[in-house]
Amino acid sequence: MKMKLGTMAVAAVMAASPVMADLVFPSLSYRTGPYAAGGIPFADGYADYMNLLNARDGGIGGVMTNVLECETGYNTEKGVECYESTKGQGALVYQPLSTGITYQLIPKATADGIPIHSMGYGRTSAANGDVFSNVFNYPANYWNGASGAINYLMSQGDIAGKKIALVYHNSAYGKEPIRTLEELAKKHGFELTLLPVDHPGQEQKSQWLQIRREKPDNVIMYGWGVMNQVAVQEAANIRYPMEDFIGIWWSGSENDVLPAGDAADGYKALTFHGVGDDFPVFADIQKYVVDAGNAAGAGDQVGTVLYNRGLYAAMLAAEAAKTAQEIHGTGDITPAMMRDGMEALEITEAKMTALGLPGFGPEFSVSCENHGGPGLIGMTQWDASAKTWSLINEFAPSDMDVIQPLIDEDSAAYAAENNIASSCK
Amino acid sequence: MFYREAGDFSTSYPEDSQTFPIRFDRYRYYLVLFVAIFVIPFTINDYWVNSIFLPFLIYAIAAIGLNILVGYCGQVSLGTGGFMAVGAYACYKLMTAFPEVSMLIHVLIAGLITAGVGVMFGLPSLRIKGFYLAVATLAAQFFLVWLFNRVPWFYNYSASGQISAPERTVFGIEVTGPNTEAWASYLFCLAFVIFSAVIARNLTRGAFGRKWMAIRDMDIAAEIIGVNPLRAKLSAFAVSSFFIGISGALFFAVYLGAVEVGEAFGITKSFTVLFMIIIGGLGSIFGSFAGAAFLVVLPVVLKLVGVDWLGWPTDIVAHLQLVIVGALIVIFLIAEPHGLAQLWRVAKEKLRLWPFPH
Repeated sequence: MKMKLGTMAVAAVMAASPVMADLVFPSLSYRTGPYAAGGIPFADGYADYMNLLNARDGGIGGVMTNVLECETGYNTEKGVECYESTKGQGALVYQPLSTGITYQLIPKATADGIPIHSMGYGRTSAANGDVFSNVFNYPANYWNGASGAINYLMSQGDIAGKKIALVYHNSAYGKEPIRTLEELAKKHGFELTLLPVDHPGQEQKSQWLQIRREKPDNVIMYGWGVMNQVAVQEAANIRYPMEDFIGIWWSGSENDVLPAGDAADGYKALTFHGVGDDFPVFADIQKYVVDAGNAAGAGDQVGTVLYNRGLYAAMLAAEAAKTAQEIHGTGDITPAMMRDGMEALEITEAKMTALGLPGFGPEFSVSCENHGGPGLIGMTQWDASAKTWSLINEFAPSDMDVIQPLIDEDSAAYAAENNIASSCK
Repeated sequence: MFYREAGDFSTSYPEDSQTFPIRFDRYRYYLVLFVAIFVIPFTINDYWVNSIFLPFLIYAIAAIGLNILVGYCGQVSLGTGGFMAVGAYACYKLMTAFPEVSMLIHVLIAGLITAGVGVMFGLPSLRIKGFYLAVATLAAQFFLVWLFNRVPWFYNYSASGQISAPERTVFGIEVTGPNTEAWASYLFCLAFVIFSAVIARNLTRGAFGRKWMAIRDMDIAAEIIGVNPLRAKLSAFAVSSFFIGISGALFFAVYLGAVEVGEAFGITKSFTVLFMIIIGGLGSIFGSFAGAAFLVVLPVVLKLVGVDWLGWPTDIVAHLQLVIVGALIVIFLIAEPHGLAQLWRVAKEKLRLWPFPH
């Protein structure tokens, strides 16, 4: 028996070792805990797209990709362990999918020379590439989201004098948009009410009681995990009009609205990428990944909002790796080369069409100063009878006149605190 | 055989009352110290430090602190996470207010501040005990976390409410921040662990410890024989919170580097440390170490075996981990209520006679 165990171990090591020479994309996923409902589809989308590249194109630029999955449970301590255990294996880019873990990894990964892509989360002021040389948050960030929501409301009618409530996850993530919304409230003359919800967010009775009493004209939500579905359910319970309830992109997936059933009809959520599975790439995923039996997880998430986001993140990472390979003329890129590729990334409509994702996201390009992309925000709405999200407002620009000074101020404070010199000459 | 006492004579009182009266035990202790101080720092890398040694050392300090309160003085506390948060935020405020002062001083002062807060929340223990005291300390846990989330002064008005540790030094060597060398952060924490363990050991076997244990065993009887319950209980709260504050400061500044109070110092933290001392052994310094090692190393080992070795899906391994840790706690409570420390004591008794037990 001992011999058998020994040979099994050797076989396992042998099976695992040839993978080392590949392009390694660690996926700090969470398939357990109160945030698993959001973590699973994202991780599946990320892994499936990388699998698709391996099966269909033979990897990126002829080099196979390898997704190293590590379970964080949305917990920062496990996040540290995952980072340390994967960084030695040639990790090219980290996507922690957690604002808390991102905050922690920003100084560490910068010291180790590994890029971080916190797509639509993380530290917003990382959009200033002059200070945050290794952190990228294109194509949109939290502050773009806040401004996008307000712009959408303004396009629907005058908001001066109206009352808007922000229901937010009482953590670094939920607190991010407050400054921006306060500035916007000053500029446009609306009244902002702040309603924090503590982790994990199952108890929101008092917050919604307050909403019922104060009757704000709109509610904006920055929630994640189980908090979203509870909020939608509570809104339905107090008969708050769903059309006036807007979630950030992390509060706009099927998991969040399905439990409330028909009552959730009309709920809106922001987005920075396309929804639905009406794109040619999904036929390829079906053919090369799902039918081949290689789908990640249970394989039942294809085409959901968060699956698409994971797929989008993987697509942007793969394109950045391609760009890096072109810049440095080698297939086996290092994390430093990957960083250069991300900084030179350019996404055009022609590129997306060629990848089978026409019109999936906005066109944008990254530069040394701007790691945040253009911040174009679309709006989606839930149709409870058809059980689909649909894009009701095209990707529109957000108010950079308000956001840019805030980014400059926050990143300058970080640079001063940590003695960071300008990295763009 | 191993623990041979033949020929091991004590000729003075200090020799008789030392921590390790058996020569073999004493040498083993010196060997462990030697390896920890002179061998490990030269051989470890980032992974070993950040995944295993730092959490082990820091949790060991917290466990020693909680063990003094629960194991030696019998006052059940569920406020560990909150007190660790006090240490972390005190350390953060000190680090940012006095950047040129050595981290050693910051951490010690953070411990003293936590001791003060601990004494305040210890006052109810004079009137209530058992479950009721547990609920009162639970209130401390929730109040402190709420306070640090609510008052922006504590996190220097940062937009996100996160606190992050800037680079700070001890004798010119960086111990916090991203560019810290693995050995520097390890040795920095190790120094605090040795300091805490030696102090705790000597306190618990001196007059203070005897008073605490008297209160634990029967407080009315203790009062009758002249133990002042006010001073005994509050001193236990103070010493315990001092160590927990140190561990909180190290947890934030050296180990994680950036924390968010609700996530890092929530109620789960209190339970984790409580599990450590239950598994390790209540009323034992060695038990604090054993329990911390057990709960820090076990998840890493399970992950290595499950994911990296057998190639199982990560979520299954994460679920299995919960099942195994939960089952082990139940088994320990049934089979060996005195924890790993008792197992060690029994093994020692056996080894003393081995190989001729009769």
